[in-house]
Amino acid sequence: MNEIIKMTATELAEKIKTKQLKSAEVVQAFIKRAKETDSKIKAYMEITEEYAMAQAKASDEKIASGKETGALEGVPIAIKDNILIKNLRMTASSKILENYIAPYDATVIEKLKNSGAVFVGKTNLDEFAMGSSTENSAFFTTKNPWDTERIPGGSSGGSASAVGAMTAPLALGTDTGGSIRQPASCCGIVGVKPTYGRVSRFGAVAFASSLDQIGPMSKTVEDSALLLNVIAGYDKKDSTSINKEVPDYVKNINKDLKGLKIGLPKEYFIDGLDTDVKKSIDETIKIYKSLGCDIVEISLPHTDYAIAVYYIICCSEASANLARYDGVRYGFRAECDNLSDEYKKSRGQGFGPEVKRRIMLGTYALSAGYYDAYYGKAQKVRTLIKQDFEKAYEKVDIIMTPSAPTPAFKIGEKSADPLQMYLSDIFTISCNLAGVAGMSVPCGFSKDGIPVGMQLLSKYFDEEKMFNAAYKYQQATDFHKQFPRI
Amino acid sequence: MNAKYEAVIGLEVHSQIKTDTKVFCNCSTDFHSQPNTNICPVCTGQPGVLPVLNKKAVELLVRTGLALECRINKKSVFARKQYFYPDLPKNYQISQYDLPFAEHGKLNISVDGGVKTIGITRIHLEEDAGKLVHDIGMKKLDYSLADYNRTGIPLMEIVSEPDMRTPQDAAAYLTALKSLIEYLETSDCNMEEGKFRCDANVSIRPVGQKEFGTKAELKNMNTISGVEEALVYEIQRQIEVVENGGKIVQETRTWDPDEKVTKSMRSKENAHDYRYFPDPDLVPVILDDDFINKIKKDIPELPEKRKQRLISECGLSQYDANVIISDKALADYYETALETASKQSDNSGKQIANWITTELLGKLNSAKLTIKESPVKAENLGTLVALIIKGTISGKIAKMVFEDMFNDGKDPDTVVKEKGLVQISDEGAIVAICKEAVAESPKIVEEYKAGKERAIGAIVGLVMKKSKGKANPQMVNKILIDLLKQ
Amino acid sequence: MKISKKDVDYVAALARLEFEQKEEEKLTEQLASILGYVDKIKEVDTSKIEPTSHGFSGENVWREDTVVKSSEQTIESIFKNAPAKDGMFFKVEKVMDMED
Repeated sequence: MNEIIKMTATELAEKIKTKQLKSAEVVQAFIKRAKETDSKIKAYMEITEEYAMAQAKASDEKIASGKETGALEGVPIAIKDNILIKNLRMTASSKILENYIAPYDATVIEKLKNSGAVFVGKTNLDEFAMGSSTENSAFFTTKNPWDTERIPGGSSGGSASAVGAMTAPLALGTDTGGSIRQPASCCGIVGVKPTYGRVSRFGAVAFASSLDQIGPMSKTVEDSALLLNVIAGYDKKDSTSINKEVPDYVKNINKDLKGLKIGLPKEYFIDGLDTDVKKSIDETIKIYKSLGCDIVEISLPHTDYAIAVYYIICCSEASANLARYDGVRYGFRAECDNLSDEYKKSRGQGFGPEVKRRIMLGTYALSAGYYDAYYGKAQKVRTLIKQDFEKAYEKVDIIMTPSAPTPAFKIGEKSADPLQMYLSDIFTISCNLAGVAGMSVPCGFSKDGIPVGMQLLSKYFDEEKMFNAAYKYQQATDFHKQFPRI
Repeated sequence: MNAKYEAVIGLEVHSQIKTDTKVFCNCSTDFHSQPNTNICPVCTGQPGVLPVLNKKAVELLVRTGLALECRINKKSVFARKQYFYPDLPKNYQISQYDLPFAEHGKLNISVDGGVKTIGITRIHLEEDAGKLVHDIGMKKLDYSLADYNRTGIPLMEIVSEPDMRTPQDAAAYLTALKSLIEYLETSDCNMEEGKFRCDANVSIRPVGQKEFGTKAELKNMNTISGVEEALVYEIQRQIEVVENGGKIVQETRTWDPDEKVTKSMRSKENAHDYRYFPDPDLVPVILDDDFINKIKKDIPELPEKRKQRLISECGLSQYDANVIISDKALADYYETALETASKQSDNSGKQIANWITTELLGKLNSAKLTIKESPVKAENLGTLVALIIKGTISGKIAKMVFEDMFNDGKDPDTVVKEKGLVQISDEGAIVAICKEAVAESPKIVEEYKAGKERAIGAIVGLVMKKSKGKANPQMVNKILIDLLKQ
Repeated sequence: MKISKKDVDYVAALARLEFEQKEEEKLTEQLASILGYVDKIKEVDTSKIEPTSHGFSGENVWREDTVVKSSEQTIESIFKNAPAKDGMFFKVEKVMDMED
């Protein structure tokens, strides 16, 4: 059984389809592992054992009767708890949704159900996906499986930790400013933010509508490519999803990289970069050179403004997206005798401090007299950031950067000063503002044995190239074959 | 009205667009459904949902804009208008701000025997809110009840320039606007069902002053006469305030139709801070000339034009034409009747109009039926009039036939046949009856021959009685006169 | 950059958020610090630049006007989450004239 939890999703899908393994035993193995580890890492809001075993049983019956099966038939996956699965609780790790039962399936969930995947649990996150450490969850903090005194990253810390600790081979996260890539980097796994519009947002709790994407998380690059095959695609329920065919992201993943031009943005390789991170990235560059790639220095001149632009935009959009949580139709309602109190007490008590801080910031940025200086201006600088990327891709095929400025820091280290926490998003944030695709791949360990990640960024809808570059790199390294000792 | 001051009035009309589904989801717009049965996760603002635009709502709004001679903007954008209210599930309304669909139009109205042009500032698309119930029957509740059936129904907000100067202008504008929209079939305009609502902005200024005075916004006027009454009251109130040395406060006032006064709602110190920003969930709409021209083609003949055509082609009087075109359904009825009659005889236009205005409308009114519910089908009325013109039946008999047609829904040919009412126009037959009648009325014959010409009437009466009303009256008259000459 | 208590109170009222006094004091400091940081975007010359208001460059995404009725089960699930209901209605505290 130890073997099962170390298998990749690709291997498991194959073995289950060919009846070498039963989905029920696979799912049991992962759930057992989840139960064993969760007291230590607390990745899960809820392990949905009954639900999963029923799905596993159905998959096994399907396979036994020779019926047509899906790409992930019988394979377990953990789902970040801001994605709706019908009739299951969905909390967004917030008190305001503590007892909310989802009335419908997110589109990605429908797609996963059609592919035969099995939902082993809902994972913890920073409340409403606002945070970079999962310390903002209203219920508990998830731990990094490599060192339980450290953060797993955020906001998809639960999903990252769940995969990192081998309690599921796959997970879904959401990424608005790096919330898939940064925790993937912290936990030594692969995490992908697809191009904006590639995956439907219908059924994911909205944080910042023009930045959010749902994406895959897994141990290996191939697994994430397999998962993206399933969840990507046009959704008529999402007006921002693109009507463009989904290629097979696995098909050309092993193509020769010779001649691939990789850009290193000089603004991301500043003096003072953490030594562990610098060392791992330098090694990464060497490996890519050995694979026949051309390394080119590029510039993304407006990088310095990315965090400011991001926080204005995401908080403004969030302040509107979170207005619906008022205790009237669903969610926490405070005891009151008049409507005015009912709104401000329900929201005041139901939301945590980071959420309230961002709503305040966003409301301020949109309020009368401030729109032009803040939101209006930020949207214009965003255009410049987009143009930086578009110009860069005229010179190179792929951009490579560190995923985070440091390996996972200790729990509590940055929670006193919100601005300090925001500044740690520097490498992942521009990708969301531009809308391009990005992924984090494990590229080393710090002296303390904590994972380090490197980030690849491809231009719009060029995920194939990104997966190819990541896969060949992963084949040339063994970081993905290492497991935490938890 | 006071000769020192003049009023400045602008009207904002919200008209529900006549689509089968809501503007951002596929729920039905049916008015008569049970509460909270035309709802779904999208229109109740559940977590994770997204809006998808109803194309027909755009088409019908553009049609309205073209008929009001607006410029249709090439690019239109949706914006979020943010405020908290229990009838607004997302606590923002998807509306339009900077780039509405239509701008700078006009509508001509007839007042005081002349024509005034009222400017239309803009027409934009937005979603309606739900309904709140505060009492059941006579009992006032100490809580409120929310019904979301109406949430999400598409509205056109039609904003006029402040070009109206009297309450009569306002009433004329609303009547003309309502009639036009009904003609275009872009809205039902049923004010009792809340499908055509009006708010007014009114201020006063000394005659000759260029600047506008401070305006008050009036709400809760549920009929056109209510708007007129409310404006009369409010203008007088403002004049009195100013004459007594006071200042008009910019505020929202509600019309009380029972007490016939306007009352201040909680006065707001600041204008509403709606924090508009472009909705990131909905992409812009780009309308090209092809789209607009196609819609132009679908515009039916507008009331004013139709009226002029009926006067010139059918010889109708101004009065009759006005009555006929006042209701599109009635005008359609008239033209259908005319078309049927024209196949059977000539010059039926005026007579049909006559039958409608003197016979049909009265009967419909008493039976509380609309023209659409008329038991006498338009084709049948046309045939009836043709029968009169052809001489098959007399005008008097026609009235009897019409009774049967109205009460039993039968067609005229059937009634005439069943009751044997075909007019007797055979000269020989009439001569025979006339000779009989003359023979039976010696005294009257004497009187006639003595010079009392009107005495013939009694013999005519007898002939009609003997022929059961079927003898052709003109022929009877002629033949009797001839007979009595002898 | 300084942000006054009046500003914070105004924004909190718009956002329908209630804070305890200590919370509000701390928040005021933090907002000032964050706003001070994001102010740097003023340095950028955007005089000839159009804003990016959407993540996706599509246009004219719309649908046909065909009714799709929610299943009874879906409507039940929506009602199940209601904190208070009365028959076929959602129940809420009495609405006075409350618009902001």
